Amino acid sequence: MTLHPILAALRKHKAGVVLISLQIALTLAIVCNAIFIIQKRIDMVHRPTGLNEDNLFLVTQQWVGAPDGDDPAGLEKLDSMQQADLATLRNLPDVASVSPIRSLPLLRSGSVGGIGMKPLQQKSTVDANFFFGDEHMLSTLGLKLVAGRDFTAADVQHKGFRDESGPVLTIITKPIADKLFPRGDAVGKVIYFDSGSTPTTIVGVVARLQSPIDSGDSGLAWNSVMFPIRQDANFARYVLRAKPGRLVQAMNAVTPALYAANPMRVLDDRSVRSFADIRARAYRADVGMAILMSVICLILLAVTAAGIVGLTSFWVGQRRRQIGVRRALGARKVDILHYFQLENLLIAGIGAVIGILLAVGLNLWLITRFEMDRMPVIYVAVGVLAVLALGQAAVFVPARRASNVPPVVATHAA
Amino acid sequence: MFGYYLDMALHSLRRNRMLTALMVLAIALGIGASMTTLTVLHVLSGDPLPGTSQTLFYPQLEPRDMDGYQPTDEPPDQLTWIDGMNLLHARRADRQALMTGGTVPVQPVQSSVDPFYSDARYTTADFFPMFKAPMLYGRAWSASDDDSKARVAVISSKLNDKLFSGKDSTGQMLQLGDDAVRIVGVLDRWRPNPHFYDINISGSYGPTEDVFLPLSTARDLKLTNNGMMNCWGGHNDHLEIAPCTWLQFWVQLDSPAKVAAYREYLTHYSQEQKALGRFQRPVNIRLLDLMGWLDYQKVVPSDVRLQTWLAFGFLLVCLVNTVGLMLAKFMRRAGELGVRRALGASKRALFAQLLVESGVIGLSGGICGLLLAFVGLWLVRQRPSSYAGLAQLDMSMLLTTFLLAIGASLIAGLLPAWRACQITPALQLKSN
Repeated sequence: MTLHPILAALRKHKAGVVLISLQIALTLAIVCNAIFIIQKRIDMVHRPTGLNEDNLFLVTQQWVGAPDGDDPAGLEKLDSMQQADLATLRNLPDVASVSPIRSLPLLRSGSVGGIGMKPLQQKSTVDANFFFGDEHMLSTLGLKLVAGRDFTAADVQHKGFRDESGPVLTIITKPIADKLFPRGDAVGKVIYFDSGSTPTTIVGVVARLQSPIDSGDSGLAWNSVMFPIRQDANFARYVLRAKPGRLVQAMNAVTPALYAANPMRVLDDRSVRSFADIRARAYRADVGMAILMSVICLILLAVTAAGIVGLTSFWVGQRRRQIGVRRALGARKVDILHYFQLENLLIAGIGAVIGILLAVGLNLWLITRFEMDRMPVIYVAVGVLAVLALGQAAVFVPARRASNVPPVVATHAA
Repeated sequence: MFGYYLDMALHSLRRNRMLTALMVLAIALGIGASMTTLTVLHVLSGDPLPGTSQTLFYPQLEPRDMDGYQPTDEPPDQLTWIDGMNLLHARRADRQALMTGGTVPVQPVQSSVDPFYSDARYTTADFFPMFKAPMLYGRAWSASDDDSKARVAVISSKLNDKLFSGKDSTGQMLQLGDDAVRIVGVLDRWRPNPHFYDINISGSYGPTEDVFLPLSTARDLKLTNNGMMNCWGGHNDHLEIAPCTWLQFWVQLDSPAKVAAYREYLTHYSQEQKALGRFQRPVNIRLLDLMGWLDYQKVVPSDVRLQTWLAFGFLLVCLVNTVGLMLAKFMRRAGELGVRRALGASKRALFAQLLVESGVIGLSGGICGLLLAFVGLWLVRQRPSSYAGLAQLDMSMLLTTFLLAIGASLIAGLLPAWRACQITPALQLKSN
């Protein structure tokens, strides 16, 4: 089949052709950018935190009538209260392990500081998230040690909440180890925190530990350090790992057990949270955005398909007599079908070419306005195939109707 | 004549139900989606204190040391305790308030209610008159209460309902952990959006705090602070002298002359502190007004802006779709239009008639779009974001919806109507 008759016919419907290809172009531009955004959100939500998240939960509580921790005696008292709580929690039948903790990945609250290679170094070499806990921190969180050793009970110190004197030992994440010691010999080396003069020895390296604060995919998201320090304040946080399959029972047991051990405290309904809940909360806006964009894309494709069906149906109705003449002159049904399919392919093809330009333009605009990344070509390629397929699917019904026009129509008076 | 055109339009629309439904649906979807997102954007970028916001300003100073200094650095978003107290006590503005957020454990007197945590705001006396916070019962505390670290509090009507069943609770005691404070005032319903005076708390659009305490009292009782804290220099000091920014400071300046004078004062203050050696960086001050501050902080989530653009792109596709369908429909009636032209109808009359027809489609699409916008906003309200509850359609947005719908469909109808009017009557009559 030659394109000539199709082009000749389309020339008679310039406005319609322009509109339908414009619609296809806009749909392509919006849909492939939207899918790119959706994919980025899905990737972000599925990043592993480095924790073994199953059976993990967090307890936040505050004591009433506790000393303020500004003097050594008060500090000792707070620490003994915390130790008592840890013992209570460890004795729960459904709890596998417990550690005090300052914050957890995705909790949206944490502390950040700088690391230097020399004492009193003014400009830090790299910034990192600080995690504080005891010798059970790594095992409770389920972190993967890739070099060196875990903290031991003898390593653990306790300090006031705002005491920022340099820690003695630390375990760092691999991204920091790679940055500071590219030769892979971080263990045993000494670093300095917050422009201080206290040397801190690296005892171990863990594979991965995500930041508590929302730092996108910047370096800070994976730069974390852990200290064997129990922090004493009039509030405390504990991270607990329930025995497999006993998460709900363990979570329910915590509040009564803590109140029974010491009623002078406040725990409310938000005090005991599973890590699954923390994760869902952290990413709910992103999940919502992905769902919304998917829905809009689907409706957009449906509207475009409906537009193609509507316009082609109209063209078929308008050309009934011409179709009849072609059939009378020997054209088979399938020739008529192919005619409309090819016509649609041509229009959708024009739309796709304009659409590719619009899609790239839209992506560039999103980069300047919304700090989006450059869209890989694959999204545009898939988008082009999708709109071409959509066009073919939409044109099939009216084209079938056209092919069923009987040759006798040619003899009817127009 | 309009009545006749309307009649013709309805008749013609009825003749081709599927196509009509498709056009109305396309417009409705486009309008519904764009109005939903536009309403959310409108609500989120609104003025939290209409009529007052232009007299409220947020001073910023540059108190940091030279560590990591870049000449292009903006000053920190908050103040240190020392600077906050200096500016507060200088009283150079018409009103001023220093503040930070916190969490307090509330222990109800009734044993039937379990203890719980409440969000709190530790601030100074001018907070309430400056931000026009309405009082239901009692009054705010005074500047002398600030100075004497008085054990007083103002609570929200929500907390008052919970603890005192909505009765006037002024004079009652509120137990916060170890300490009790006397309630001197109960706020009426008050929820400025965004939560402008401290946007680091509860996602910028969170509810107002339930407990308000004098800042001096909160520090004296060693209550927990919430919010952003930035420190430099690495010291182990009390927050009152630590090189940390953690306080928000707002001033009310009633005239442009006072704004200029205050700016001058901030510069002088910075120079003075630099001379004393406390400030090390070059003098760098800011004095943004409330809306300017929200803009600088990019309070409106970029996702919401993105959604709005997406929805308008969607509306554009829906409109192009409708133009195409309407064009097809009008061209199909070439014969009928040719007859009317031959019988003496002017091009203008034909054009008007077709525009009425597209107007009817636009109006129906607009009404359906409005319904969809209500559904869309309902869906937004079901989402767990902090601003969800605010997504309501107001009168101005309602009007915008209608104008948008009618305008969009008339524009969509223009090209097809014009094209359809270009037919030559004789040709159409002959071929029939």
